[in-house]
Amino acid sequence: MEKLIISPAPHIHGGDSISKNMTGVMIALAPALVAGLYFFGLGALIVTVTAVVSCVLFEYLIQKFIMKGETTILDGSAALTGLLLAFNLPSNLPVWMIIIGSLVAIGVAKMSFGGLGNNPFNPALVGRVFLLISFPVDMTTWPVVAPLTTAYLDANTGATVLSMLKEGGATLPSTMDMLIGNMPGSLGEISAVALLIGLVYMLIRKIITWHIPVSILATVLVFAGILYLVNPAEYISPVVHLLSGGLMLGAIFMATDYVTSPMNPRGMWIYGVGIGILTVVIRTWGAYPEGVSFAILIMNGFTPLINFYVKPKRFGEKAVKG
Amino acid sequence: MKSFRIGGIHPAENKFSAGKKIQTAAIPKMVAIPLAHYIGTPSEAIVKKGDLVKVGQMIGKANGFISANVHASVSGKVNKIDVQLDASGYKRPAVFIDVEGDEWLETIDRTPEIKRECHLTKQEILSKIQDAGIVGLGGATFPAHVKLSPPPGKKAEVLIINAVECESYLTCDHQLMLEHGEEILVGTTILMKALEVEKAIIGIENNKKDAIQHLNELAKSYKGIVIEPLKVQYPQGGEKQLIDALIHRQVPSGKIPIEVGAVVQNVGTTYAVYEAVQKNKPMIDRVMTITGKNAANPSNYRVRLGVYLSNVVEEAGGVPEGTGKIIGGGPMMGRSLMNLNIPMAKGSAGVLYMKDEESVRKPVKNCIRCTKCVNVCPMGLEPFLLMAQSERNMWPEMEANRVMDCIECGSCSYTCPSNRPLLDYIRYGKSTVGNIIRNRNVKQI
Repeated sequence: MEKLIISPAPHIHGGDSISKNMTGVMIALAPALVAGLYFFGLGALIVTVTAVVSCVLFEYLIQKFIMKGETTILDGSAALTGLLLAFNLPSNLPVWMIIIGSLVAIGVAKMSFGGLGNNPFNPALVGRVFLLISFPVDMTTWPVVAPLTTAYLDANTGATVLSMLKEGGATLPSTMDMLIGNMPGSLGEISAVALLIGLVYMLIRKIITWHIPVSILATVLVFAGILYLVNPAEYISPVVHLLSGGLMLGAIFMATDYVTSPMNPRGMWIYGVGIGILTVVIRTWGAYPEGVSFAILIMNGFTPLINFYVKPKRFGEKAVKG
Repeated sequence: MKSFRIGGIHPAENKFSAGKKIQTAAIPKMVAIPLAHYIGTPSEAIVKKGDLVKVGQMIGKANGFISANVHASVSGKVNKIDVQLDASGYKRPAVFIDVEGDEWLETIDRTPEIKRECHLTKQEILSKIQDAGIVGLGGATFPAHVKLSPPPGKKAEVLIINAVECESYLTCDHQLMLEHGEEILVGTTILMKALEVEKAIIGIENNKKDAIQHLNELAKSYKGIVIEPLKVQYPQGGEKQLIDALIHRQVPSGKIPIEVGAVVQNVGTTYAVYEAVQKNKPMIDRVMTITGKNAANPSNYRVRLGVYLSNVVEEAGGVPEGTGKIIGGGPMMGRSLMNLNIPMAKGSAGVLYMKDEESVRKPVKNCIRCTKCVNVCPMGLEPFLLMAQSERNMWPEMEANRVMDCIECGSCSYTCPSNRPLLDYIRYGKSTVGNIIRNRNVKQI
C-alpha cells in the first residue's frame, strides 16, 4: 500500500458493458437468423455476411482515416447494425447494393453524428430506407421460401403477405406458417416465433424493458382491431398485421435501439403508441405496403422532444399517503 | 417481501465478516478524538493541554443546532488540540490525548446486566441523548436528539429502526443485533417514549435471517415493536426508501420524514441510546467491520473513538498485500482514504480493502442511452441527463430536473455499461446548485 488510489464512491461496478449488451442482442437475434438461413438458404448467408463485414469495415475505416480516433469496432455495435440491416433486406439483394446500404447506415446515419450514442435515427433503418427509395424494385422483390436452397440472385420470387393484400388476388399463408416464418419477406423478419424467443431472452437478461415492444404490438392490435371490426372486408385482420411484414422485427429489435428511443417508461409508451398508429396508417392508407421502418424513423425524430417533456416517475410524486 | 418502489440494484453481498463476534479493540498510547462531525458545526473544545480526563468526560461542547457533544473515549492527559486529517479528507480539529490507564467516570454503569425499565420523562430522555453526544450511526451522523424533536405542528406516528445494512461487506449492525438484541429493543422503547408513538418497525434486510429470527423472538415481550424483513436490494437502507418500503409513504421532494409521520433511527444509534439512557454511557465507541476480498481475517471490532484506524487494522492482521484502495465505510457510499492515520469517528462503520484490480475504474465510453441509469435510480431521476447538464454548467436546468433529490447512492454509476462517472458529475452539480439555492434564500431574507 505504498500508493493508495483515491476516488469518489461508488467503488464497485456491476460489470455491465457495451459489448455485453451488443452481444446479448446478437444472441437474441440468433433464432431469427437460423430461421432466415433455413428458409432462404445460401442467399441469406451471403446477405448477412456482406452486411456485417461491410458495416464493421466502414466503421473501422471512418474512425481510422477520417475521425482519426480510437476504433470501437470491438464493442459490437457496428456488427449489430450490419446484422439488423441484413435482417431488413431480401435475401436475393446483390452484394454491391448491400455495401451501399452499409455505407449509408454506418457512414451517414451513425458516424457523421459522432458515432455510437449520438445518432438520432436508427442506422440500420436509415440504410434500409435509403435502399428502398434508391432500388425500389430490388428491395420489394422477395424470394419465396425454399428451405436450405443454394439459389441467391436467381432465387424464385413472390409477393409478401402485405403486398398480396394491397394488390389482392393471391391466397394468404396460414396463420401457423406466418408464426414460424414460412412466407416470403426480408430475411430476418419472417419468423414471429423466433423473434419472440429473442424478446424473452432480452427481457430475462434485462437488456431492454418490455415497454416499447408491448406498447407497439398492443397499439397495432387495438387500432387494427377497431378498423377490422368496423369493416372486415376492407381492412386487414389485426392478427395478420402482427404476424406479417417487419412488425415483430421492428417492435422487438429496431424500435428498442437504445440510442434512438426514449429514456423512461412513460416516454417509451408514447413512442410505442406512435409507432403502432403510424404503422397501421401507412400500411392501410399509404403507398407502401409496409410501414414499420418509416413509423420507427418518424418516432426516432420525436425522441429528443419526448425526452425533453416526459420525465420518469419521480420519488414522492404520487400522493404522500399511499 | 416489502421493498421500495422505484429503482434499485443488487450488488454482490460479500458479507465475509458475518457471524464474527464483536471483539474489543486494544487501546493505543495516543488517540485523536475528532471534534468535527460529518455534517454540522465542529464542537468546541472545553479542555486544554495538560488537563487530565476520564473516560466519558465531556471534552467538546456542541456548537449550534446541528452539532453534538464529544466525550473522552480514553483516560489520560490532553496532549494538544490541533487539526487532524480525518475520513472526510480534510484537516479538522481534534483533541489529542496521551492514554494513562482506563479510568471511567463513576456515573457510568459498566455492568453487563440489562436494564429494561425506564421511568424517565420524554424531556429527560431527550436531554440524556443530547448530553451523550449521540449522532446517527448510519453514515450521515445527524444529531439524534434533533431528529427526535419534530418541528412544531408535526407529530410522529411511527418510529422506524433502520437495521437494513444494505451496503455490501458491512456486518457491524448485523452482529450488534445478534449480540445485543435485547438492548436494541429496550433502546427502541425508549425512543418510542421520547417520540410518544405507540408503534415501531425494525426493518432488516432478508440476508440477515438469524437476526430477524432473534429479534422476532425477543420482540414478543415488547409491546408495539414489529420486525419486518425486507427484500435484499440496494439502497433499501436509504431513509426515504426505507419509509416507502415499510409504510408505503413517499417523503415529498425537499421534505423530511416527519412530513409523512415517520422518524428513522439507525439500529446502532438505538443501541447507543440504550447505553446513554440506561447506563449513563456517552458515545465513546462504536462497532466497525474490517473486511475485503483479500482481508486475512474479516472481523467486527468495538473501537473507541479517536483510535487511529492503523491501530485497529494492525490488530486485525494488517493491510493485505495487493491492496490498491482502502475505503472508510461501504463500497457504494464510503470514502476512499488517503492513509490509515485517520481517527475513528462516530460515523466510521468499516474499513474495506479493495484489491489492486478492483481499485481502478474501467475506461469511460460514450453514453449509449440505454436507460439503465434511469431504471435503477431510486429517486426517479435521470442520471444521464444530470451528468450531461453538470458537464455543461447548466445549473438552473439541473435544479428543474431535481438534482437536489439525489441521495448519492451510486446506483447509476454502478450500473452504467459505459462506465460513465455519473455520480461524480451529479455530486458536483448538486453541491453547486445547493450553494445557488442557499445564496438565493439569503438574499430573499
